[in-house]
Amino acid sequence: MRLLHPRVATVLGWLTLVSLVALALFGLWGAPPDEVQGDAQRLMYLHVPTAWLAYLAFFITALASALYLWPRTRAQTWDRMAGASAELGVLFTGLTLFVGSLWGRAVWGVWWAWDARLVTTAVLFFLYLGYLALRHTAADPVSGARRNAVAALIVFIDVPIVHFSVEWWRTLHQQATVFNPELSAEIGGVMAWTLWLGVLAFTLLYVYLLDRRYQLATLEDELDADGLDAAIVARIAEADGTPAPGRSEPPGGPMTTPVSAP
Amino acid sequence: MSVLADAGLVAAKDLRIEARSRVTLAQVLPFGIIVLLLFAFALDPDRGRLAAVAPGLFWVAVMLAALLAIGRSFAIEQLHGARDGLRLSGIDGAAVFLGKAAAIAAQLAVLEVLLGLGVAALYGVDVTSVVVLVAAGMAATAGLAATGTLFGVLAAGLRLRETLLPLLLLPVITPVMLGATRAFESGLGGDPAEGWPWIALLGAFAGLYLAVGVLAFGSLWEDA
Amino acid sequence: MMPLVHLRSVVSLIGGFPALAGVDFDARAGEVVLITGPNGAGKTTLLRVIAGLAPVLRGEVMVEGRDVVADRTAARRSLALVAHDTFCYDDLTARENLRFAARASGRDRAAADAALERCGLTRQARVTHGGLSAGQRRRLALGVALVREPTLWLLDEPHAGLDAHGRALLDDIVTGAAGSGGTVVLASHELGLARPLATREVTLAGGRVTSSTDAPGPTDPRPSTTPGDGRDAGGTGSAGGPAKPSERERAR
Repeated sequence: MRLLHPRVATVLGWLTLVSLVALALFGLWGAPPDEVQGDAQRLMYLHVPTAWLAYLAFFITALASALYLWPRTRAQTWDRMAGASAELGVLFTGLTLFVGSLWGRAVWGVWWAWDARLVTTAVLFFLYLGYLALRHTAADPVSGARRNAVAALIVFIDVPIVHFSVEWWRTLHQQATVFNPELSAEIGGVMAWTLWLGVLAFTLLYVYLLDRRYQLATLEDELDADGLDAAIVARIAEADGTPAPGRSEPPGGPMTTPVSAP
Repeated sequence: MSVLADAGLVAAKDLRIEARSRVTLAQVLPFGIIVLLLFAFALDPDRGRLAAVAPGLFWVAVMLAALLAIGRSFAIEQLHGARDGLRLSGIDGAAVFLGKAAAIAAQLAVLEVLLGLGVAALYGVDVTSVVVLVAAGMAATAGLAATGTLFGVLAAGLRLRETLLPLLLLPVITPVMLGATRAFESGLGGDPAEGWPWIALLGAFAGLYLAVGVLAFGSLWEDA
Repeated sequence: MMPLVHLRSVVSLIGGFPALAGVDFDARAGEVVLITGPNGAGKTTLLRVIAGLAPVLRGEVMVEGRDVVADRTAARRSLALVAHDTFCYDDLTARENLRFAARASGRDRAAADAALERCGLTRQARVTHGGLSAGQRRRLALGVALVREPTLWLLDEPHAGLDAHGRALLDDIVTGAAGSGGTVVLASHELGLARPLATREVTLAGGRVTSSTDAPGPTDPRPSTTPGDGRDAGGTGSAGGPAKPSERERAR
């Protein structure tokens, strides 16, 4: 039903809120502005955590998919988790790109730069967008989960190769290393703590949201299952001449025509 | 029958159908050439840019054409339920994968040679190493065919197949695009030695996805 | 005796809809089971479930003692499905389609050529599937099934679109299969043509089996080889089917 015990989830929710507020305070006031980049550097406290989460979320999707495929651990739970995590992953990847773009604009005056990490993140975004699009196509409940899991792993295997090839590509070009705001910012003291606070806050957020999204997915599945039971009853009722499937009231009494076992 | 023999059977069947229907030659190839022309319109031949960007444009044209070829490979299975017939026959999924990938690779190879001639003629390029070009072409094609067959089966039979296949496949083949273009740059007026590391990457990608296909295609093929 | 086909409480969803809502079904060697029922009753899905082509949500499906869901390939080895789709490729000729089907099933060319002849398509050997008439295509579909040398025949509305030659071939196949210990499961609306062949009639409605009655079956279990006049199927006990097509027509 849920990944976390409800009380744990509530506590987690509050912790997340508190840590996000703390992050906002430290990020916007507590930490000093960067010597080189000024206040714009504060975007790092968002950008780095969201990037970390994007990768974490997709890793969880891959792990859950693998667990689904492994016969001993096969359970619908993993399919739901894979989907929920992928949605969060796409969300955080999008945020990473957005914040990164703002940061680049603020510091370097460009909305986009062909930095290896940004490019890899962009490709990652589309990889998982495709995976989500595939999840949304109609499929049989059982074989569909297996297909989703296989697809997730096929896509996941590509991530390190994309990362490596993009990295290699950009290091061949002179201007590649210019745009790397994280490197040019000195991380120390309060700034380092704030960064870790950011990572923590967003990780808590991820777990909290994953639990909620998972719960939603479970409810959706239960709704489908109820719908299925009603559909089966209506289907059987067709034999009695009761009209059209789609009526959810059961027929009066069990079937009376003989069902023989040959 | 052994997996390789069955794969050969499937590949021969696909290629025979292509030889008879000539869809790749008569439709996909013209499409590729039109794409090259579009690029020329967009980039203005007179500005002298085309030769410099020829490798990239070539591979973009190949990838777009590959989408059509892959779609076609699975469309023939959808018609008249041939897919069901193939599943019933008992041919192992791995054999279907290898056979279809081989046929797609063969068709892509023909496309690449012809499009390559087109690029050479239209954009005016300077060949410094045929070996690099051939090696890169082969490795890239193998990778394209393997991933194309895998994602082709995922998209096949779905109502949204025409839009889903590009969305699924194109991000995945980013490494192929990067590697093939860089290798071609080195072989077309560049330093050929720089191309070999990229060719190694292309080869690794192809090897990986051929292995993945052999393992995973069967289950995808059966499910819907 | 263990049934060749065994379904227990099978639920199958097609597009989210419960096409089969709890089917219990058995078929034994030598039986010709006719499945009747209104449109949308689930006849096609039932056959596809046996062939392992339709997903099974609940229940078990066994063919020759093998679980179809767990080990599809093994279970499919001895069956053939003849349905609305011909399983052929438009750009391949009749002969090429049969040869492919034969080799895919582990048979050789000779089996394909024999099937080509049995279907009466020798003259159309080099015509592509796309160029065949509807009746010829249906016969080719029978040929594709024949090369598999199945013991279990799954026939979905097999009479539809068949010309006279094809109908004779089909009758021949059905009686031959049952006579040699195989099993035929046949879903059909053409009761006049199908009833004479059936040894049992099962009704499907609302995704479930609602009745099962024995029938006399074909009186001539062995395929006849002597040429002769148009012979009546004789004593079938049902509402008199049409006379069997003459042997002369079949040998043409």
